[in-house]
Amino acid sequence: MRKTITAPPSTATVFINARLIDPATGRDEPGGLLVRDGVIADLGQHLRRNAPEGAIVIDCRNNVLCPGLIDARVFTGEPGQEHRETLKTASNAAAAGGVTTIVVMPDTTPVIDQVALVDFIQRRARDNALVNVHVMAAMTRELNGEEMTEIGLLQRAGAIAFTNGKSTISNTRTMRQVLNYAKDFGALIVHHTEDPYLSGSGVMNSGEVSTRLGLPGVHKFAETIVIERDVRLVEMTGGRYHAANISCSESLETIRAAKAKNLPVTCGVSINHLTLNENDIGPYRTFLKLRPPLRSEPDREAMVQGLAAGDIDIIVSCHDPQDVDVKRRPFAEATDGAIGLETLLAAALRLYHADQIGLVPLLRAMTSNPAKLLGLPGGILEIGAPADLIIVDLGQPWVVDKAQLRSRSKNSPFDESKMQGRVLRTLVAGETVYQYDDAVR
Amino acid sequence: MTSPDPNATFARRHLLTCEGLKAGEITALLDIADKAADQNRQVRKKRDVLAGRTLINLFFEASTRTQSSFELAGKRLGADVMNMNVATSSVSKGETLVDTAMTLNAMRPDILVVRHHAAGAVELLAQKVDCSVINAGDGAHQHPTQALLDALTIRRAKGRIAGLTVAICGDVMHSRVARSNIDVLNTMGARVRIIAPSTLLPPAAERLGGEVFTDMNKGLEDCDIVMMLRLQRERMEGSFVPSTREYYHFFGLDAEKLARAKPDALIMHPGPMNRGVEIASTIADHPRSVIRDQVEMGVAVRMAVLEALARQLRND
Repeated sequence: MRKTITAPPSTATVFINARLIDPATGRDEPGGLLVRDGVIADLGQHLRRNAPEGAIVIDCRNNVLCPGLIDARVFTGEPGQEHRETLKTASNAAAAGGVTTIVVMPDTTPVIDQVALVDFIQRRARDNALVNVHVMAAMTRELNGEEMTEIGLLQRAGAIAFTNGKSTISNTRTMRQVLNYAKDFGALIVHHTEDPYLSGSGVMNSGEVSTRLGLPGVHKFAETIVIERDVRLVEMTGGRYHAANISCSESLETIRAAKAKNLPVTCGVSINHLTLNENDIGPYRTFLKLRPPLRSEPDREAMVQGLAAGDIDIIVSCHDPQDVDVKRRPFAEATDGAIGLETLLAAALRLYHADQIGLVPLLRAMTSNPAKLLGLPGGILEIGAPADLIIVDLGQPWVVDKAQLRSRSKNSPFDESKMQGRVLRTLVAGETVYQYDDAVR
Repeated sequence: MTSPDPNATFARRHLLTCEGLKAGEITALLDIADKAADQNRQVRKKRDVLAGRTLINLFFEASTRTQSSFELAGKRLGADVMNMNVATSSVSKGETLVDTAMTLNAMRPDILVVRHHAAGAVELLAQKVDCSVINAGDGAHQHPTQALLDALTIRRAKGRIAGLTVAICGDVMHSRVARSNIDVLNTMGARVRIIAPSTLLPPAAERLGGEVFTDMNKGLEDCDIVMMLRLQRERMEGSFVPSTREYYHFFGLDAEKLARAKPDALIMHPGPMNRGVEIASTIADHPRSVIRDQVEMGVAVRMAVLEALARQLRND
């Protein structure tokens, strides 16, 4: 019995006249890409001008077509602090910034330390978010730094990694146990590294600038010491470890040495620490009050070089929405954090335009590298991969206006900054979730 | 494995550890215990091999089954048995372990059964007294009679020990039962597997004489014996494992995990059990559970050890 079932022709979309960039393979060439059923169905030079019959044609006008960005460090206010940010508003900002996958942190109220809460985030994201949302769950209960969470069950529920959010585990024994336990599940431990005793009441990088401003400083070794300790614990346990957000050259040296020993150690850097330094704080600009604090220019340069050399694995936005009430305060009393989802790509392109890093390695740190690190399917241009894509005009100039930003909080360190490079269209699973004006037709 | 010498006997003054026990010695003890087990099922359980002898149970750590098992074993062999209650003794008044030992020694006991929370304490005590000493558990070090009763239980149920695959699962790091069993089972020619989360594995676990698994499903594959260990409550709350729920999910013996073992695999537990933590209630009461046999064999093995040691006691 042979009966051919003809499925209704699923709508295909073809992107022609694209500059295809696949950071995973280093591909950078003119071509086209076909999307069907939410996945990449075909790509290559043969699609540059030829659209398959019946497909919707989108002309990229020689702009970049690459995988959407994956941002592995996003704080929101949902649940508990929805006035700062919800999954929905964060995802709107992400879509406008070309970020197709966000990984949300457990620093919410309540803390994401239980299976039911992972489930809650996933359901809220499914119903409200424009982009893919993944959960990084707490590795200690209520982020208390003492008792580990149900890492196995949380992983089964969908948590893709484990972190203590914005806080550091100072109890070395707890950190050892967490790494040791997580190893059995192959779970990644992501750590904010700052010795809370050493950083004390410090509010910015310690040095000449902090002294002149009369602000208590945080020595950069408060970060390096924790990373050095953690690397030893990785050596002891074999657990997978990722330093969430390094900021100084000595931390980078430690990571580099750990990698040379083939330890399962990786690190990330925030876009802020790649593009800003302590001098940008200027007259006590609280939107530049961050954790870790912005460092000196030589440290920033070291971060850029570390990224270019591949020693720094990923770039994160460290998107941390804070409302004006907690930011419009004397510097030392203001809350840390800056939003960054919508400006992530544009700010990163500053490094490319300044010839400090190539476009492919720059994009790799925001696409295929985080995908590999977190075991996510996107971040790559290949047949069968999810059609999480962005079209980027690398040259288009624009000025950041915080009033126009989609995040519910407006604490952007780049407000009024000039940018070059703009996302024209963002697709998640083949659906357009953002489009800049009508630039692409 | 050394092949057991049919004429081998257990001819030691103390039983302090399973490390270094020869297969012949173990077999000799199990043979005596076999007979004791049969005798214990008769109406007349008593013999007089220890008549006139004094046995002191000195337990620095709470115990129900081990202490009562030794008490019963001593009484069935005709010894005078005294239980030292440490809580009301001079130990709680600050007396050192050695002074306690010397004081008891002056009372001329023949056999001292000692449990202590510190590893090595029983051996220290044995150096200071003239009588025979049996280690009834010292810290996370050894619990020889438990391993022997487990061996007897296995031998009676399976007819042999050599060649069987035995999985020891759970808190191996803190377990004296595991250490003693690993020694005895290896000596008797069994293949040992050690199954635990990394946080409950002792350092260099792979050097103890067993294949190490952190995935219980893999570790139980084709096992003949599944030996569960007790997880102490204070270790369940996020310090070694996140919660009892998670521990049960990944390391609790339930029907699904048991199905990985051989269809005739036996289920063992030294007790006391945490039902719903390391073992499902239905598995504890499973037809293939020999947990209550272990208790029965406990008395028999302790009788055998007492009898063997009594043969070495001076008669003058």
